[in-house]
Amino acid sequence: MDVVVVGAGVIGAACADALSSAGLRVTVLDRGPLASGTSAAGEGNILVSDKEPGPELDLALSSLSRWPTLVGDTDIEWDPKGGLVVATGDPAPLAHFAAVQREAGIDARWITPAEALEREPHLTTRVTAAVHYPQDAQVQPVLATQALLSNVRRRGGVLRPGVTVVGLDARGVHTSEGIIACDHVVNACGPWSGEVSRTLGAPIAIAPRRGMVLVTAPLPPTVRHKVYDADYVGAVASGDADLQTSTVVESTAAGTILIGSSRERVGFDESIRVRVLRELARKAVALFPTLADVPVMRAYGGFRPYAPDHLPVIGPDPRVPGLWHATGHEGAGIGLAAATGALLAELLTGVTPHLDPTPFRVDRPGVLECA
Amino acid sequence: MRVVVIGGGPAGLAAAGAAAAAGADTVLVDSEPVLGGQFHRGHPQRVDARVRHLANSTVWAVEGMRLHVRTGQADSPSRTGEVLNADAVVLATGAHDRVVPFPGWDLPGVYTAGAAQALAKGQGIAIGQRVVVSGTGPFLLPVAQSLKAVGAEVLRICDANTGLGWLGHPRAASPAKLAELLGYAVRLRSAWRPRTAVVAAHGEDKVNAVTVAKLNPDWTIRSQERIAVDAVCVGHGFTPRLELAVTAGCTLVDGFVAVEHTGATSVPGWYAAGEVTGIGGADLAAAEGEVAGTAAARGSHPSRALAKVRSGRRFAAALAAAHPIRAGWHTWLTDDTLVCRCEEVTYKDLRAAVDLDAAGTRTFKLTSRVGLGLCQGRTCGRAAIDIATALASDRRTFFTPADLQRRPIATPLRLAELASLPEEDL
Repeated sequence: MDVVVVGAGVIGAACADALSSAGLRVTVLDRGPLASGTSAAGEGNILVSDKEPGPELDLALSSLSRWPTLVGDTDIEWDPKGGLVVATGDPAPLAHFAAVQREAGIDARWITPAEALEREPHLTTRVTAAVHYPQDAQVQPVLATQALLSNVRRRGGVLRPGVTVVGLDARGVHTSEGIIACDHVVNACGPWSGEVSRTLGAPIAIAPRRGMVLVTAPLPPTVRHKVYDADYVGAVASGDADLQTSTVVESTAAGTILIGSSRERVGFDESIRVRVLRELARKAVALFPTLADVPVMRAYGGFRPYAPDHLPVIGPDPRVPGLWHATGHEGAGIGLAAATGALLAELLTGVTPHLDPTPFRVDRPGVLECA
Repeated sequence: MRVVVIGGGPAGLAAAGAAAAAGADTVLVDSEPVLGGQFHRGHPQRVDARVRHLANSTVWAVEGMRLHVRTGQADSPSRTGEVLNADAVVLATGAHDRVVPFPGWDLPGVYTAGAAQALAKGQGIAIGQRVVVSGTGPFLLPVAQSLKAVGAEVLRICDANTGLGWLGHPRAASPAKLAELLGYAVRLRSAWRPRTAVVAAHGEDKVNAVTVAKLNPDWTIRSQERIAVDAVCVGHGFTPRLELAVTAGCTLVDGFVAVEHTGATSVPGWYAAGEVTGIGGADLAAAEGEVAGTAAARGSHPSRALAKVRSGRRFAAALAAAHPIRAGWHTWLTDDTLVCRCEEVTYKDLRAAVDLDAAGTRTFKLTSRVGLGLCQGRTCGRAAIDIATALASDRRTFFTPADLQRRPIATPLRLAELASLPEEDL
């Protein structure tokens, strides 16, 4: 069986990895270079801490267990650094959130402000409550995507950057470089999935949501965990088009500190907004006062694939036989990729899925659009 | 009508003067403490008294016609900020030295031509006693002359091209320009060696010798000799400073800002002049500045300056044609030659990234870490992308000059400065 995966970001790479592992012949297309869109514009989060119990958490936990073995010995800067969520106001909402997560099997450890400061000595002393999540991890997302694509190449799969999809019919996928015959097509185009789904004749409601990240000059080790403000939880779950920011501060292997994250529905507008940068800086300095004098070296923005109900879309399209979608992961795609690839491959090859695919089905309210 | 000119070198000075003369409320933003840019270093220039000059100031972000400016020494905690709302902007941000890497180019004692020139002309300091000058282009000659003037012995002036190739286009140059260059050539002829280059620098803590090679036309090595030195000066032309042009959305052609004859870019209200539009030297930059400053202020076309621009561009084109950078320099590199000094990325690391199909600028940077350090690729970016393009010649690549210069925060600022921006500036 031949499968064409459209999109060479982490989701497309994970799908292609799982499909080729199952013995299918896989071709991965991307209109640009490999691993160059959303996967090259994020922090590389593999998080359980920001998720409430439900299907996305199930997917995250499954993914978390799969990531470490997926790429063998390849260095993808896998760092099980753990997450630290801190509240500086009323601790009650965070306490409730963590209690519910614990019931769902997340390792969420309620720690005292003093213990939080022990873990993160540069943290503000205004902390009123903190939860430690030892399961949270980080990878370098471009290296992770390349490692998955290398698996595909090694199994005989074909990677074709610079090829644009222009249509789909019984003969196969029509591209800028001719028709590619295949039995199945997977739309894994991230924030561009909506656009590509229309080209393929089966529109789905995936839209871009923009996020900005600030990068500081390299520092001696200052921030040890992925540290974020408890208000992050609210922003992730919100669909508000207006600017939302919530602090996420963490260091990278190179010594730089990444400061996220903002969320804005501004289409594919790439222009910088100083207001967004200011909000990110304000909240980061509030959380880590010692960062005030650190220079910001650069800022980067990226588009995340946003689904109206905040759940990934994984499965067959009910309207076009042979068409599949794997998209809508918003800012959690790196973390959710491993299980997404596995689930898509299971569904496509007719194997019993390792978790319930129903919540992610394409045929759900708000996702299907009229052709 | 407010015109903001960015850059206080020959182009920016002329643009600001012309805009003020045409009646515009004119602001000149310059990163240096005194006006004049690289060209006039050591000889501070003045600008029309009607121009508001913001010294030690950089435009760090651009939002449409709103320019976010910081003023003060880069490390100072007391820098101040302001927002300039412009009706027109003239970009005259100039260029910095282009250097192609070679083994040992990161040793102390190896200087860029621009740095050596600045030390000699600005402070009367010679970079060493026994110096070899290497690279390509007519700029090597005045640099060698300046080094001699401050007491250095210039052992060799190595131009990797045949040099003086522009003499084949005599009509392209003004008589004065030709006379100036011929004057250098006569005075420096004993040290002048066409089609040679420093292909390696040697030493432990400091350079003490160089390998000078005779080159083939493609810059691969024919033969080499070792020469004892205490300093090296290298320059391979110039790289335009394009980050603000890219942020503003200006179209680039062949790595420079595309302009009409008025200096107008592809973005309404944005003009460009000087080296950001093509490397052509100070006289051309000043003429372009006058044209662009006048156009930005909606003055009447200065016909003499326009004529100078036309002839100056012919000369610049001839110079560029006579001093190409040939890919043979890649063969000078060894596996452990540093290409990116900030992040210590070697030639071998770049090859490993290409082997992973990292064929777009962003992916290539994130895979190899090239250009992610403090200089943000200003020094190494162009060389790194040239290397990647050559290494990936058997496949499709997606490198563009704009991607290399995409720096939405054009100059670093401290988190506290960002955090304290006043509401009215947003």
